[in-house]
Amino acid sequence: MTPASEYVIEITYIVAAVLFILALKWLSSPVTARRGVWAGEAGMVLAVAGTLLYHGIVDYKWLAIGLVLGTIIGVPLGNVGMTAVPQRTALSHAFGALCVTLVGTAEFYLRAPNVPPFMMSVLSLEVILGGLTVTGSLMAAGKLQEILPQRPITYKGQNFVNLTMLAIAVAIAVRLVLHPEAVVLYPFMVGIALVFGVMMIVPIGGADMPTVISLLNSYAGLSAAAMGFVLNSKLLIVAGSLDGASGFILSVNMSKAMNRSFTNVLFGAFGQVQASSAAAVEARPVHSATPEEAAAILSAANKVVIVPGYGMAVAQAQHKVRELYDLLTKKGVDVKFGIHPVAGRMPGHMNVLLAEADIPYDKLMDMDEANPDFPQTDVALVIGANDVTNPAARSDAGSPIYGMPILDVDKARTVMVIKRSMNPGFAGIDNPLYYLDNTLMLFGDAKAFVGSIVRELSGGGGHG
Amino acid sequence: MVTADLVNSLYVFILAAFIGFEVIRRVSPLLHTPLMSLTNALDAIAVVGAIILAGEHKSTLATVLGTIAIVAATSNAVGGFIITDRMLKMFKSSRTQKP
Repeated sequence: MTPASEYVIEITYIVAAVLFILALKWLSSPVTARRGVWAGEAGMVLAVAGTLLYHGIVDYKWLAIGLVLGTIIGVPLGNVGMTAVPQRTALSHAFGALCVTLVGTAEFYLRAPNVPPFMMSVLSLEVILGGLTVTGSLMAAGKLQEILPQRPITYKGQNFVNLTMLAIAVAIAVRLVLHPEAVVLYPFMVGIALVFGVMMIVPIGGADMPTVISLLNSYAGLSAAAMGFVLNSKLLIVAGSLDGASGFILSVNMSKAMNRSFTNVLFGAFGQVQASSAAAVEARPVHSATPEEAAAILSAANKVVIVPGYGMAVAQAQHKVRELYDLLTKKGVDVKFGIHPVAGRMPGHMNVLLAEADIPYDKLMDMDEANPDFPQTDVALVIGANDVTNPAARSDAGSPIYGMPILDVDKARTVMVIKRSMNPGFAGIDNPLYYLDNTLMLFGDAKAFVGSIVRELSGGGGHG
Repeated sequence: MVTADLVNSLYVFILAAFIGFEVIRRVSPLLHTPLMSLTNALDAIAVVGAIILAGEHKSTLATVLGTIAIVAATSNAVGGFIITDRMLKMFKSSRTQKP
């Protein structure tokens, strides 16, 4: 009954599962992380090679075409710039979920109308989660790439419409579980899941993307695990659960870092609630400084913490920041970076951008490491970050970001903020940090301003 | 037989989820972006399901959907491993950097 090749295939799958777990284990430290990628690649190649031995395969032509075409598309997707990594990641969630949804759909039509209830339940879970992840991730990628408007789009009764759609999809799934012969209903279930994915992301703004990408990651993983149940493939269940667990942990991290619940991210668009606090604080005086003054203060400091935000990436200022880091370090200044978990557009994005600019990773501190350091810091230099430094989150119970953990830059002796103008940040919330007596505003483009400081420090201005 | 398969699958799912939580909790926040791109690449193992589907050629629909699924998953695997490695290559410690 079972040819010998079946055992060979199973063994390749078991080895692949072990390699996948090792891959993630090795990712715990930057020292061993690359070994993790190799383990993952080895597992993947092994499992695919094993599968190709499967005796039931009668035609290799389409497999070859699929594998070659996939590789041709995959190579450029692996070589995008580091600022584009969030949208690439969103796109890959969409591709992963597309694969799962298509396979689920094909399995349904191969088996229908004789689908056992349990199989139909997981299959429905697979294609509903898969379907909403496909369109949801495409929407997220579009917003991140700025093909679609980044501002949240909301309308009255939005949550009601969305929840009703999801409820209808689930109701169809239940009906199919009880009566799988109602094959005509299947396309409606998938169709509603696809539309729901779009509607789910419409009200979500750019600043919430780190949470949403993580959540979509989790959905993609869970749908793959469900596919493993349908196909009775243990390897797929393992890979799907690992992906689902990782997305879940990251979503929880991101939500905590914004002091918001999943439901709040998904159902309450940001940027709606700040009207009350913003109106009262027009036209308060701020202190500003020139690049020369900033350079003099920085070179007199012992300890500097740079706080980068997404604005630094937008201005492509990271390489200038690296020059600043080099010059100050050479002068004996202790320079570190304080990184908020939601800085950037996906978890850990800022670390990647700084690593790309050749800043050593042991100089990058996460929020828990950085905060105890600020009272002993001479200068906190904020580049392109706003809400994550807003002291109103600690003190002003009326602020929409009240309770969100922030980087306590205001506790440093001097705070310098590079900013284009006094316009409020992405979430549209006013930042009292800018009006403090120990805050200096450095008005200008992040890249140009840091460039001017660098020129001053390297001897141009004679302040050395 | 079907129930036995189901119970086995549930065991695997629950154990793998536990391992996932324990292993991934230990991943440094420094590497959360590569973590996501790597788990994404590993998730592309769904390609094995697509390969069987397209290769068995049980119906035209199955072959067509299976082939598209192979393309989507393969591009994820290839792209995901490439970009994860590119990112990880950039992470250097200040000790190794200074010769």
